[in-house]
Amino acid sequence: MSHMVIANRLHDGLVVFLAADGSWVDSIARGWLAEDEPDRTRALQRSMEAQYANQVIGPDLIEVTEQHGVRMPVSIREAIRAAGPTVQTGRNA
Amino acid sequence: MYRYDEFDQQLISERVAQFRRQVQRRLDGELTEDQFKPLRLMNGLYLQLHAYMLRVNVPYGCLSAKQLRKLADIARRYDKDFGHFTTRQNIQFNWIKLEDTADILAELGEVEMNTIQSSGNCVRNITADPLAGRAADEIQDPRVWCELLRQYSILNPEFSYLPRKFKFAVTGSPNDRAAVAVHDIGLRLHLNARGDRGFEVIVGGGQGRTPVIGKTIREWIEPEHVISYVEAILRVYNIYGRRDNIYKARIKILVNALGIERFRELVDAEWENIRDGQLKVSNEELARIDAYFKPPAYESLPDLDDELASLRRVDPDFDAWMTSNVAAHKVPGYAIVSLSLKAPGRVPGDMTATTMDGVADLADAYSLGELRVTHRQNLVFVDVKQEDLHTLWEQLTELDLAAANIGRVSDIIACPGLDYCSLANARSIPVAQDIGRHFAAAEKLQEVGELTINISGCMNACGHHHVGNIGILGVDKRGKEFFQLTLGGSSDQNASLGDRLGPGLPQAEVPQAIEKIVDAYINKRQDDERFLDTYRRVGIEPFKQAVYGPVNSKKQVA
Repeated sequence: MSHMVIANRLHDGLVVFLAADGSWVDSIARGWLAEDEPDRTRALQRSMEAQYANQVIGPDLIEVTEQHGVRMPVSIREAIRAAGPTVQTGRNA
Repeated sequence: MYRYDEFDQQLISERVAQFRRQVQRRLDGELTEDQFKPLRLMNGLYLQLHAYMLRVNVPYGCLSAKQLRKLADIARRYDKDFGHFTTRQNIQFNWIKLEDTADILAELGEVEMNTIQSSGNCVRNITADPLAGRAADEIQDPRVWCELLRQYSILNPEFSYLPRKFKFAVTGSPNDRAAVAVHDIGLRLHLNARGDRGFEVIVGGGQGRTPVIGKTIREWIEPEHVISYVEAILRVYNIYGRRDNIYKARIKILVNALGIERFRELVDAEWENIRDGQLKVSNEELARIDAYFKPPAYESLPDLDDELASLRRVDPDFDAWMTSNVAAHKVPGYAIVSLSLKAPGRVPGDMTATTMDGVADLADAYSLGELRVTHRQNLVFVDVKQEDLHTLWEQLTELDLAAANIGRVSDIIACPGLDYCSLANARSIPVAQDIGRHFAAAEKLQEVGELTINISGCMNACGHHHVGNIGILGVDKRGKEFFQLTLGGSSDQNASLGDRLGPGLPQAEVPQAIEKIVDAYINKRQDDERFLDTYRRVGIEPFKQAVYGPVNSKKQVA
């Protein structure tokens, strides 16, 4: 199972993903897919460093699947977190 | 309405300045998230699934048109153009940036609003009958007591770090529209045989994972002593309440552990020490606060029963709206109008900035510039001339706020659920939308009559599912959302907790299940029985059979 690191950005709280270069991106498609245990360990270590550096809050390693080239977190909670609310009001609508 | 005096205004200004420094220290890295979290929560700032969420207090649900315009302005400039009215009569913004928060708090202060104690283990926004001061069935306007309690509890250092959050509700009417029995402390005004007013004090009610109907700790207390008696309760709770387990920390757990008799002994012993001290409410202080809630200068108008009856005869939609959305006012010639935020398919409680501005304009034009937020996530115009009802109905229809469903099956309470909330296990809003669309027909709503549905996305029960006539609880079962139904809950003067109907259902089956329950009720009801009356008379079995068949289906287990 592939994994990614998801977190909330400190200054605006928006959802971000750890990218391979250590930066944080707002698109799951551009995030770093950690395919094995050494990758997962490195991803978590980098995300913890980012948390200590006050870039992000609550980084978490989540399971991700890929279907027809589209990445999707396995759990409903993280899928909604990644894609946004499934209901719309205001400028979401 | 209450207006800030110079002390209130100074307090708010200082609080904003303090929080601005705290936010800056967090952004600069001087504070860790663990250090900052309790500070932001005390200012109503949560971190939810997608962003920061800011909860703004609407004290006992009272809002002016000017304040609503400011909320619209904040929604437009700092959020995604909408806000969400909550079951504590507050409003939440879902997409707030940390770096903007202090500016938002400063702008709220300009219109006498704040976010203080809208989160944290302290006394939260005090809720009340949304018809307070206007309802024809009222003994006394409870808002003066709410305001006294607000001033007493805001930034009260002794009670700023309670074992857990603490919620008050107050009703001045025998018909409880404030759900006082499911609050940490509920206050219910009564009249005795001599015509004196007194409070019944209910303690240890609540919902969440351990739902409890509160117990009456005192049948009668003179209003002048209510603050000192409340302090005695808070003090006993503060001393004896559990702090080792967040799930056992509410006052209901303490009351159940000690038993109401022992708890009462402890409170009474404490109260004896303080009852005649500085917390005794003087007539002068009461008059000072009461002056803010004096009724407006009403015009001398006749009731327009005949004229309205004629309009109702020719327009069934207006008739349906009058039946469900308009309530009796204590002053002849006036009416109380509920604005439904539950039109079929809408997100319960959500409102766009444009609609907020429109509502503010209508409040100015037709309700003396004031409105109320209800714990059922609707709004109320409390001072509408009967002669304006038809025009107002037409204008509310244009804003999609005239669904004739107040207290009906599609007037659904729904928490934000998994679409927004970091605690939720399942989505609430799409379920509410499905049911709303399923019961969109006005005739069906009126045929069914009074029936409340409350939906929570997890066992924390922010959607009050335990006290819905039909309650719906979202659960996660092996990674899938299921919905458990309960029947027979109520938060009125005869409050009760719902009984679980059976195994959970997938979302797609919920509207049909509700329809089967409704049909079973219509088959069983006698005369003008409400759903709740029929349920209490016939029990759960007919409804269980209607939904699951004669033998429980095993196809869904949750």
